[in-house]
Amino acid sequence: MDSLISIVVFIPLLAAVILALFLRGDDEAANRNAKWLALLATAASFVLSLLILAQFEPGAGFQMVEEYEWIGGLTYKVGVDGISVLFVMLTTFLMPLVILSAWEVKTRVKEYMIAFLVLETLMLGVFVALDLILFYLFFEGGLIPMFLIIGIWGGTNRIYAAFKFFLYTFLGSVLMLVAMLGMYVDAGTTDIPALLAHEFSYGTVSLAGVQVVGGLQTLLWLAFFASFAVKMPMWPVHTWLPDAHVQAPTAGSVVLAAILLKLGGYGFIRFSLPMFPVASEMLSPMVLWLSAIAIVYTSLVALAQQDMKKLIAYSSVAHMGYVTAGIFSANQQGLDGAIFQMISHGFISGGLFLCVGVIYDRMHTRDIDAYGGLVNRMPAYALIFMLFTMANVGLPGTSGFVGEFLTLMGMFQANTWVALVATSGVILSAAYGLWLYRRVVMGDLIKESLRSIKDLTPREKWVFAPLAVMTILLGVYPSLVTDIVGPSVAGLLDTYETALDEAGLMTGNAVAEAAH
Amino acid sequence: MIAHDFSVLLPEILLSLFAMGALLVGVYTGKDRLAPMLVWVTSGVLVLLAFWVGVSGPANQTAFGGLFIDDAFARFAKVMILISAAVVLLMSQGYMERRGILRFEYPLLVALAVVGMMVMVSSGNLMTLYMGLELQSLALYVVASLRRDSIKSTEAGLKYFVLGALSSGLLLYGASLTYGFAGTTSFTGIIQAAQGETPLGLLFGLVFISSGLAFKVSAAPFHMWTPDVYEGAPTPVTAFFATAPKVAAMGLFARVVHDAFGGVTGDWQQIVAALSLASMFLGAVAAIGQNDIKRLMAYSSINHMGFALMGLAAGTAFGVEAMLVYMAIYVTMNIGTFAFILSMEKNGQPVVSIAALSNFSRVEPTKALAMLVLMFSMAGVPPLVGFFGKYYVLTAAVDAGLGWLAVLGVIASAIAAYYYLRIVYLMYFGEETDGLDGGTHPVLWGVLVVSALIMVVGVVNLFGVDGAAAVAAQTLVD
Repeated sequence: MDSLISIVVFIPLLAAVILALFLRGDDEAANRNAKWLALLATAASFVLSLLILAQFEPGAGFQMVEEYEWIGGLTYKVGVDGISVLFVMLTTFLMPLVILSAWEVKTRVKEYMIAFLVLETLMLGVFVALDLILFYLFFEGGLIPMFLIIGIWGGTNRIYAAFKFFLYTFLGSVLMLVAMLGMYVDAGTTDIPALLAHEFSYGTVSLAGVQVVGGLQTLLWLAFFASFAVKMPMWPVHTWLPDAHVQAPTAGSVVLAAILLKLGGYGFIRFSLPMFPVASEMLSPMVLWLSAIAIVYTSLVALAQQDMKKLIAYSSVAHMGYVTAGIFSANQQGLDGAIFQMISHGFISGGLFLCVGVIYDRMHTRDIDAYGGLVNRMPAYALIFMLFTMANVGLPGTSGFVGEFLTLMGMFQANTWVALVATSGVILSAAYGLWLYRRVVMGDLIKESLRSIKDLTPREKWVFAPLAVMTILLGVYPSLVTDIVGPSVAGLLDTYETALDEAGLMTGNAVAEAAH
Repeated sequence: MIAHDFSVLLPEILLSLFAMGALLVGVYTGKDRLAPMLVWVTSGVLVLLAFWVGVSGPANQTAFGGLFIDDAFARFAKVMILISAAVVLLMSQGYMERRGILRFEYPLLVALAVVGMMVMVSSGNLMTLYMGLELQSLALYVVASLRRDSIKSTEAGLKYFVLGALSSGLLLYGASLTYGFAGTTSFTGIIQAAQGETPLGLLFGLVFISSGLAFKVSAAPFHMWTPDVYEGAPTPVTAFFATAPKVAAMGLFARVVHDAFGGVTGDWQQIVAALSLASMFLGAVAAIGQNDIKRLMAYSSINHMGFALMGLAAGTAFGVEAMLVYMAIYVTMNIGTFAFILSMEKNGQPVVSIAALSNFSRVEPTKALAMLVLMFSMAGVPPLVGFFGKYYVLTAAVDAGLGWLAVLGVIASAIAAYYYLRIVYLMYFGEETDGLDGGTHPVLWGVLVVSALIMVVGVVNLFGVDGAAAVAAQTLVD
């Protein structure tokens, strides 16, 4: 099939249109149809995306490329390479589970499903877009459904959270748009493969009296950074995330943590590092230190949380710190680890938010103090919650370990001090993770309100099972990811280092090698 | 040659004759009883003319020794003006009839204003420019105060008149300076005088003409009349103000700076860029505190004019193309939004308070959804068509080395996103329903839904508007 990628991307949108146009009424039957259609569409998208994976050849550059003319000199161009294909898989894999987890939603079911279906198309589009403006279109478009998901189906303080989420990320992204236009003017194309080959100037320029070292590259890098750092989110622009997470419905939180947070990291790998190598190399110490601060600071903040979702949200920020540090270590282990960490965090954080969702659905509170001793009534739940907590902590044998280990190894080569600080985050994550688990699950069941709480339903087990399998599978057999990612990352680093050589800069890694 | 000259002007002449003929009919027969029929007929005539102007024969001819230019640029702007005026007229009918303010003069005044606008975008001489502008303005002053028994409406008309007169004065002063230093009022003569080192007087003329035009496009800092007039005028009239006259004024602005001052691009570029910047920020910030949706739309239109001026500030053919595309999208969005505003009623009375929209999505899901699309499109969120308007002008600005303007522009657009979102938030996240009536006049409903659909479906190819705009821009900027 020539247009396999487009089909995978647009199936959910098609289902959303069908829902919007043809499904009438607000009764039980209509809601059930909406849910089944959404599940069917996301599942179909997943099955077809398996074909993409089957046809994929690691290390062969951009594949299954589709290109069509579009308005105003723009092109519609999509394709996958080793970096993006796994994110596509992650998205298509998680979305049926997300739909399934939202099975018990009661208000405006049809609209809820439409919002998630549209969101899936937009997220998939981000990963497969091979045109700058097309990328931006998908990247920004995701704000609309997410704004509505938080604002309509969210918790008590949802309006504040929805606005904060939208305006924060919108301001970051529009600066990126200007940078994209600047790139277009400089390179004369918006084609991503062509831009990857284009060399942006890095001679020092003077801007309003300020000397900008690294010139155009630095300016463009900073504009992209403004957008991706907010999406990521990096310390200190992470404050929208806990609010958005806490107020979003469970399925929204899962999508936010498992997929949307990956857009920023993907952007760094796709744009910042290969397109602006000189600026990346110059500014990488800043990113590394910001990441180290994020890891330690947000872990400490997580320790002090009373709200389970907020705790996991802060833990997400900390884990994203490993990702950014891994990316800007700019070596094979760091980048492999960053991508691995993003994929694995998709499963783990998704699982954790679903764990919170399970007890929130029963007790309607996320307050840690309201729980305790759940193991007595919910053994299956206690098991699954433990698995994801341990994976979040980074226990060997789970996917969380591989990601953290690889990124720390990358960091260590790039900057030992950063690695030292970041490693302390591993201990802190064990502290808040285990403490959370102890307070919620262990001990005696003394709270009156918990006496009649029910264990996992079959539906919930079906949602958790694939996530648990993936978490362990990737933990014991990480080559599943690294074999696909590795060759693309190696190619990326090759061009990165060639560009730096030409610029007369030595990478931190090269310096380390020379010292030996 | 006279016959040829008249044939070039035929659409304008026919429209004027129609307006005068209909006026006579109105006076001699039963007056306002004919009004609804006249609205439909006028609207039909405008659409027919739009069709005619759009598809007839070769463009690029002048009449009366260069006084009047008929080129692809003028035609593009005229089609936009005619169609938007026709749609707004149709939208007005039900609203005005129920409020008892549908007089038979209304469609005719609109038709005369349209004649003025058509002359404006075709002007090749400072004299034609002024004649077109005044014909338009006089008609608009009257329709602004159409509701004679309302203090606000008469206030709006008077304010508009006084400030409009002031702006005409500025413009005339600029025109006289230009005439004094260039020795001619024709654009072809002025462009020869304004090359390289321009005489200071000519620059002063340019500044004053720009100020006068900035009044008409309601660019900050010449925007003061806009919120009050938008608020005071009857809503259908506001809808009219927000669409066709803006297109005409922007078209005229582009015409003057390129046809008459095309040799001194650097000089007017700064003026336009400054106007653009001030408008974008004023429109974005001042709208945040508004509770009246008409005042909000006034600031929103100031903000949008800032973006359109950004395209003009680029000073290139692509900049003009971007401006035209932006205006086409702006007009479409605005018509849809005003269709929604016109349908806001509580117990049959018009409501303009934003708070009344609370939880509106429960009352009318389809209308709320259409409005949601329009609001996101206005905010310029991709993948809706509104984003492409911004994309075009931003590309034009960056292309012309105005990167700073583009950066500040997107910051302003992020601020402006807030108040568009606020409307969405009220409609969708509101707690309780405010009791806005359901049920809508079919015309309004149709216009609203079609305009929202255009915002979504237009993503595929913008309906070819960009191609037409490119051709139009080429004829203006050689």
